[in-house]
Amino acid sequence: MSAKTKVGVPIEPERYELRVVLPYRFDLDRRDFFRFLGAGIVVVSVLQPAALAQESGGARRRRGESLPQEINAWLHLGEDGRVTVFTGKVEVGQNIRTSLSQAVSEELHVPIEQIEMIMGDTQLTPFDMGTFGSRTTPTMNLQLRKVAAAARDVLIGIAAAQWNTGPQHLVAEHGKVSDPQTHRSLEYAALTKGQQLTQTLPAEDPLIPAANWKIAGQSTPKLDGRDFVTGRHRYPSDQKLPNMLYGKILRAPSFNATLVSADTKAAAQMGATVVLDGNFVGVAAATTQAAESAIAAIHAEWKSEPQISNKELFDYLRKDASQGKDPGGDGDHFETGSVDQAFRTADHRLQQTYTVSYIAHVPLEPRAALATWDGDQLTVWTGTQRPFGVRGQLAEAFHIPEEKVRVLMPDTGSGYGGKHTGETAIEAARLARAAKRPVSVAWTREEEFSWAYFRPAGVIDVSSGVRSDGTITAWEFHNYNSGSAGIRPYYEIPNQRIIFHEVRYPLRQGSYRALAATANHFARESHLDELAHALKMDPLEFRLKNLKNERLRSVFEAAAKQFGWGKSKTPGKGFGMGGGYEKLGNIATFAEVNVDKDSREVKVVRVVSAFECGAIVNPDNLRNQIEGSNVQGLGGALFEAIEFENGKILNGRLSEYRVPRFSDVPVLETVLLDRKDIPSVGAGECPMVGLAPAIANAIFDATGVRLRGLPLVPNGLKAS
Amino acid sequence: MATIHLAVNEKPYSVDTDPQTSLLTVLREHLDLTGSKYGCGEGQCGACTVLIDGRAQRSCITRIGTVVGKKITTIEGLAEGDHLHPVQQAFLDEGAMQCAYCTSGMIMSAVSLLKKNPDPNEKQIIDFMEGNVCRCGTYSRIVRAIQRAAKAQTPAMAKGVSR
Repeated sequence: MSAKTKVGVPIEPERYELRVVLPYRFDLDRRDFFRFLGAGIVVVSVLQPAALAQESGGARRRRGESLPQEINAWLHLGEDGRVTVFTGKVEVGQNIRTSLSQAVSEELHVPIEQIEMIMGDTQLTPFDMGTFGSRTTPTMNLQLRKVAAAARDVLIGIAAAQWNTGPQHLVAEHGKVSDPQTHRSLEYAALTKGQQLTQTLPAEDPLIPAANWKIAGQSTPKLDGRDFVTGRHRYPSDQKLPNMLYGKILRAPSFNATLVSADTKAAAQMGATVVLDGNFVGVAAATTQAAESAIAAIHAEWKSEPQISNKELFDYLRKDASQGKDPGGDGDHFETGSVDQAFRTADHRLQQTYTVSYIAHVPLEPRAALATWDGDQLTVWTGTQRPFGVRGQLAEAFHIPEEKVRVLMPDTGSGYGGKHTGETAIEAARLARAAKRPVSVAWTREEEFSWAYFRPAGVIDVSSGVRSDGTITAWEFHNYNSGSAGIRPYYEIPNQRIIFHEVRYPLRQGSYRALAATANHFARESHLDELAHALKMDPLEFRLKNLKNERLRSVFEAAAKQFGWGKSKTPGKGFGMGGGYEKLGNIATFAEVNVDKDSREVKVVRVVSAFECGAIVNPDNLRNQIEGSNVQGLGGALFEAIEFENGKILNGRLSEYRVPRFSDVPVLETVLLDRKDIPSVGAGECPMVGLAPAIANAIFDATGVRLRGLPLVPNGLKAS
Repeated sequence: MATIHLAVNEKPYSVDTDPQTSLLTVLREHLDLTGSKYGCGEGQCGACTVLIDGRAQRSCITRIGTVVGKKITTIEGLAEGDHLHPVQQAFLDEGAMQCAYCTSGMIMSAVSLLKKNPDPNEKQIIDFMEGNVCRCGTYSRIVRAIQRAAKAQTPAMAKGVSR
């Protein structure tokens, strides 16, 4: 981003991220810690502000008594040589259990098999906001590398003291400290024996530069892959306890409906535990089938009001903004230069509107939770990207302190931003309290479609002014409802006005992989293509003319080369590109489409992605994430859209809502730019944002038809 | 309610349930074989796929009363002790998973395909697997894993040790 566009109020990264208060609570004291884990060496990493406080002596006074409260990760080296790492981050398929283990293995010089990751358990792991926003690699990976490096130095220090030598003479390798001069060596387990040492970061241990990585930087396979191919791994919906019941909830017939009355007598007579509490009607029974029968036996009356349908959606979103509602606060308005003046003096002006529909995450494992009470102590296993946030929701729902709630997150059947909330956890806990037995609640696919939340729909108006030589001089961008992630352009534009409009919206909406960056990149990169064509310039040349950022230029150039940009094509084929900067990563995506002459069916046949996210931690997993982003992105780009009317989802099942399948998948080619001189950042979201505009631009190239709404071709390309 | 006798992974089981109960529910709730997954409940995603007499079927839409006397194989019954089935091994070797919730259904479908067609081409794989959904988007890796398994299986099958 240029110096010019840095002025003004920065726009918040994402308003739909659910708000949580940082509780900074940490229960174990130092003695409990060793009692729990056994003797050994513990290295803890504290959050930055706390680290500063500690410098002034704050936390040090408690030394020997308790651990600092602001810890965000820790590591325990046991007397048996086992390494246990604790982090509040969770595994939803992005493979951080493996990539974080690689980081620890690298810096601690210990075989990766000796490392165990304890993740997302609110009793055992330090507080964490949640696993979202591609934050694990830039933050937790770095923290754990520091923790591991400090642990290595503690071990070297112990060996140096034992051997009466300086630590600078010793090396750590393969789980041993050795002295190359005397050929003495001791295993970590031997060095750890009898110790009860705690070391608190920050320590000034230099980390191993990415260029010298041996374990990080390698394509380590999923560490516990065997548990998944054998069906042994237990996801949240597979969790069981003795005497467990199965819970079911009576759902309202539509959104915003209120319960007028419910007759639960028949359900209770069937032997089910029935809970009628406010708007909540649920049952628990010995089998799912018995619970379903009990729900079916409840006679309930609901009151609901007429609500809009997806056909009126885009007018509705824009109308609300124009009806005098505050178009967002200060944080949503960014302006630089003299925008109106620049529009007046531009050689060419273009104004267009782009839209994105509501889409569903469709995590293959629907929400699930198992809850059990022991007196007033609540324990819940559930699939969530925010175990600590769900702990807070449970504490609030049951009016109990957070210390009384433990949330555990078994590695889960995906999330994509869709599992930030604790609905099933609360439902299971409510039923378990009434039944005085553990209760499991696993949502059906239909429940997941209707009662989770959606990626926000949006309307985006873009106006631009350019000089005849292809220099963009004016840019005005209004986003209604979809969000502000990725709203600011990375092109050099001296005069900009960018406004996110918060409006009334008809469906429950929240985070979705890449957030609004998908919508904002779609509008921006489509518009760039329209401008290039209006000026009769090559779209790549036009982009590069207005782009200074070297990292972004590099991915566009690398993808163009791999794709063969400029090559000739047969009728019906089209080429297009899109790209950008998001969550600290850089992506360029080139797509080739085929439009059938007769059926007008659009098929994406080839996608080339060039991606750069700093030093690569695990190349094969990175490729997997990029391929997955493209395949998932294909659905939202081509055909996914939620249909609704009067508070009901009309296509809320897999037979009605089309997701990408085997036959939809194009040839996927990935170019990785490994920048070992730049800190590693995340890759779960950014690679998605270039795809939709690349496809839209390729369809235009093939047919001359400009499509400005996502999904682009839910029913194939209509002849026009 | 009825007592239903089943053969799952070559073990006999008796279950007291309504014959209309889905096989998936019986596997997961009654037999604690949770490797078969619920994804949609209408046979659209393939996460619940098991083999019935060697052929892939969606257990979520299979009534338990219809599989009495048949040979049911789930993901838990595929490996022989510590020795993984070639398809399981191929999924590991190709890194053909992310969250892996679809993996057991994918593997069971692939096993069924390779029984029917030991050397499928890419199009045959895609056609056969079309009913299995991977929301993480690892489809191309799964295709490669099936091709790899086909190659690995060929010598074994020639010796008549196919499963």
